[in-house]
Amino acid sequence: MDKLIRFLPLILVVALGVVLYRGLSLNPQDMPSALVGKAMPSFSLASLNDSKKTVTQADLIGDIVLVNVWATWCPTCKYEHPYLVDIAKDPQVKLYGLNYKDERDAAQKWLRFYEDPYVFSIFDEEGTLGLDLGVYGAPETFVIDHHGIIRKRFAGAIDTKVWQREFEPLIAQLTKEKKQGK
Amino acid sequence: MIPDLVTKMPELVPELGHIALIIALAFSICLSVIPLVGVYCSEQSTLKRLIGYAKPLTFGMFIFTSISLVILAYSFVIDDFSIKYIASHSNTHLPYYFKVSAVWGGHEGSLLLWVFALTAWTAAVASFSNGIEEEFIARVLAVMGMIAIGFIAFTLLTSNPFERLWPNVPMEGRDLNPLLQDVGLIIHPPLLYLGYVGFAVAFAFAVAALMAGKMDAAWARWSRPWTVGAWMFLTLGIALGSWWAYYELGWGGWWFWDPVENASFMPWLIGTALIHSLAVTEKRGTFRNWTILLAIFAFGLSLLGTFLVRSGVITSVHSFAADPSRGIFILMLLAIAMGGSLTLYAFRANTVASFSRFAFYSRETALLLCNVILVVATVTVLLGTLYPLLVDAMGYGKISVGPPYFNAVFVPIMSILFIIMGIGPLIRWKKAKQGELRKKLIKPSVLSIAFGLLFPVIYGGEFNALVSMGMILAMWVFLVVIKEMVNQYKLTSKITISHLGMTIAHAGIAITIVGVTLVSVYESETNIKMALNEKVIISGYEIEFSGIKYVEGPNYSAEQGQINVYKDGDFVALLKPERRAYRVQTMGMTEAGIDPGLFRDVYVALGDPLPDGAWAVRVHYKPFVRWIWLGAIFMCLGGIFSMLDKRYRSKKTSKVSSAAVADSQENTGSNLTTHPAKVSEA
Repeated sequence: MDKLIRFLPLILVVALGVVLYRGLSLNPQDMPSALVGKAMPSFSLASLNDSKKTVTQADLIGDIVLVNVWATWCPTCKYEHPYLVDIAKDPQVKLYGLNYKDERDAAQKWLRFYEDPYVFSIFDEEGTLGLDLGVYGAPETFVIDHHGIIRKRFAGAIDTKVWQREFEPLIAQLTKEKKQGK
Repeated sequence: MIPDLVTKMPELVPELGHIALIIALAFSICLSVIPLVGVYCSEQSTLKRLIGYAKPLTFGMFIFTSISLVILAYSFVIDDFSIKYIASHSNTHLPYYFKVSAVWGGHEGSLLLWVFALTAWTAAVASFSNGIEEEFIARVLAVMGMIAIGFIAFTLLTSNPFERLWPNVPMEGRDLNPLLQDVGLIIHPPLLYLGYVGFAVAFAFAVAALMAGKMDAAWARWSRPWTVGAWMFLTLGIALGSWWAYYELGWGGWWFWDPVENASFMPWLIGTALIHSLAVTEKRGTFRNWTILLAIFAFGLSLLGTFLVRSGVITSVHSFAADPSRGIFILMLLAIAMGGSLTLYAFRANTVASFSRFAFYSRETALLLCNVILVVATVTVLLGTLYPLLVDAMGYGKISVGPPYFNAVFVPIMSILFIIMGIGPLIRWKKAKQGELRKKLIKPSVLSIAFGLLFPVIYGGEFNALVSMGMILAMWVFLVVIKEMVNQYKLTSKITISHLGMTIAHAGIAITIVGVTLVSVYESETNIKMALNEKVIISGYEIEFSGIKYVEGPNYSAEQGQINVYKDGDFVALLKPERRAYRVQTMGMTEAGIDPGLFRDVYVALGDPLPDGAWAVRVHYKPFVRWIWLGAIFMCLGGIFSMLDKRYRSKKTSKVSSAAVADSQENTGSNLTTHPAKVSEA
C-alpha cells in the first residue's frame, strides 16, 4: 500500500498529459462566446492582399457578414475551403477572412491556389484581433448582423450539413430582420 | 582558417552558428552517457575514469551553444535577412540594442536562449561544485545533459533559427513587434529563462539523488544555493514582466492572470515551497520525499509553461505562432522528464520513515503547512489555466476562466499562508512550548491588528475591511521576522548572513502585500475628452492638456501629448504619453506617460483624437504601485544574502550524511532560533 502511494504523482501526471495531448488535437465545436450580442471589437489591421490598405471594423458593417478565421497552418481550414467558396456565391451574406497568426506570402499563395472566397481577408499576424474575439483556434466563424453585432460564433469546420443546421436558419432570420428595418 | 572564411564568404557565417549548435548537441549526447558509464562501473574498472569527462563535456556544450547564440546576434546586427527568422523579426531601422534583443523576440531565437541558459547553468554547476562528491556531480551533469539533448534537438528539428531564405533574400525585414521594442523586454526574457531553467538544476540534483539512493542532508545543502538562485531569477523575471505590462500595454494593470503569466507563477510558487522544504531537509533530515517531489514538479511546471506558450493550445498575449508539431515535441519532452523521474521516484523514494520526529507545535509543522498551502495555490492556478482545456477535453463545451476566479480563490488561500508565515520563524524546531509561543505572538499580533484597523481611517478617511486585512497581514509578516531577528541577536549577539537574507525576503513579501492591497483598493481612473488647455482633477492632482507634438523615432512616428500635472497649484511633472505608428509593421502603439513616485504614480495614456483638436485621455492614479516590484527586489536581495552563507562555499567538506550532523551544525547558529534549551534536546 505504502509502495503504491509512491506511484500517485506519476499517475496524476500521466492523466494530465492525456488531457494536454487531447487539447492539442481537439476541435472544440460551437462555443458560447461572451461576445455574442456585443459589437464587433474595433481593430485596424492591414489587408492580406494589399499590405498598404488598412481595414477596420467599419468595413464590415452594413450587410450580414461572416468572418471566417483561417490560416495556412490549419489543415481543417483546407477541408473547409471548398464549402466557403460555395457560400461566397450566396448573395445574402458577405464572407470576410481573418487570416490568423499566419505568414503573408504563404496565405496569398493559398488564396491564389485554392480560389479566394473572401471579399477581403484581414491580416492578423500577431493574433491581436483574434485575442479580442476570443479565438481559440482555427477555423472559427463569426456571424455579424447588419448593425455590426456578433450573433453567433462557431468553432470548427463548416460543411454542407453544418451550414444547413447551424447557419441557414440564423441567416434567414437576420435577412428578415434587415428587411423589416430592425 | 575560420576568420579567413568569414571575410571571404560572409554568407557562410549563419551556417557556422547552425553547425555549432549541432556540435553542442553531440556534446550533450556524450555528456548524458559517458559519465554515467563511469558511475556504474566497478571501482577497479579503468572505465571509472570516465566520470572525469563530465566537466569537460559540459564546458564543450556550453561553449558551442554560446557560439551559436553569438552568431545569431551578430547576424541580427549586420541585418542578414537571408535568415528567415531575422527577416521576420528585424529591420535595418531598428536600433542596434533592439536588434540584439530581437534575438529572443520570437519562438526560434528565444528557444535558443533557453538552451543557452540551460548550458550556462550546467557550466556553472560544473565550475562551482568543488565541495561536492565527484560521482554525484557527474550524475547531476549527466541529467542536465539529457535535458539539453531534448531542447537542442527541439530547436534543430522544429524551430531552427538559422533557416535560410535562399534564393529570394528580402531587402528589408518585417521588423520586431513594437510591443517588444522596449528596455523591459531586453532583460525580461533572459531573467525569466534563467529562472525556469535554473529549476532544471534542482531537478537534476533530485534525480541524481534518486539514482544514487541518497536523499540526505548533504544533498539538500548542495542543491539549496542553486535552487535559491533559480528562484531569484524567476522572481526578478516575473516582477519585470509585470512592470513592463504596466507601463507598456497602456492599461495600467500589473497582473492579468494571463495563461503565460500563470505559467511563470506556478513554478515560482512551487519553487518557494521547495526552498523552504530544502531548508528543513538540510537541517532536520525530514520531508525528504516531499522535497524531491517539489524539485521534480518545479521543473515540470517550467516545462508545462513552455508547452502552453508554444503549442497554441491556449491563446494569450504572449502566444507564439501556433504549431501543433512543436506542441507534440514539448509534450514528449515533458512526458519523458516527468514520467522518467516520477517512475524513478516511485521505486527509489525513501522507504525508511524519517527518523527525526517532530511535535505538532513546531517549526516543521508550520513549514509543512505553508508548503501544503503553496501547493494548493499552485493547483488552483493550474486548474484555472487549464480549465478551459479540461472542460473541452471532456466534451462539455467551452468556458473561460478569468481574473474573477483567480482573485476569489487566490486571495483567501494566500491570506492563510501569510498568517502561518508569520508564526513560522518564531516557533521552535521539533517541539515548542505552547505558552512560550503564545507569549511571543501576543505583541506582534496586537500591534499589527491595531495598525491594520487604523490605517484605512488615517490614509483613506474611512474604514475599509479589505485594506485593513491586507495591512494587518503585511505588518504581521514584517513584525514577526524583525522580532525574530532581534531575539536571535539578543541571544547570540550575532546574525548570520543567511538569517539576514530570510528576514529581508520576508520583509519583501510584506512590502508586496502593501503594494497589492493599496493599489487595488485606492487606485482611480478616468477616461475623458480633453480640449486644449482643459484641466481635470483626479485624486487631488490637476491634469492639464497643453497640446500635441509630432515626434519622429528611428522606426516610427508619434503623436506626443504634452500634459502638465499640478498638485495644490504647484507644478509636479510634464508627462509625454505617445501614440506611435510603426512604419514597417503598420501597427499602432500607446506609450504611457508616467510620473513615478514611492507613494503614488500618475499615469496618463493617450486615446483617439476627437474633432476640434480634443483628445481622449485616460488618467490613472496608482498609489503604492511601485511597492509591488520593490518587494520583489527585496526578495531577491534576501536570496543573494542567503546564497552568500559560508557553508555553501566551504571546499571539500567532509561528507555530511546524517541529520544528526546537520543538527549539530544548526546549533552553531545558522538561520534558526537557536536556544540554549535545544542543545540538550539534540
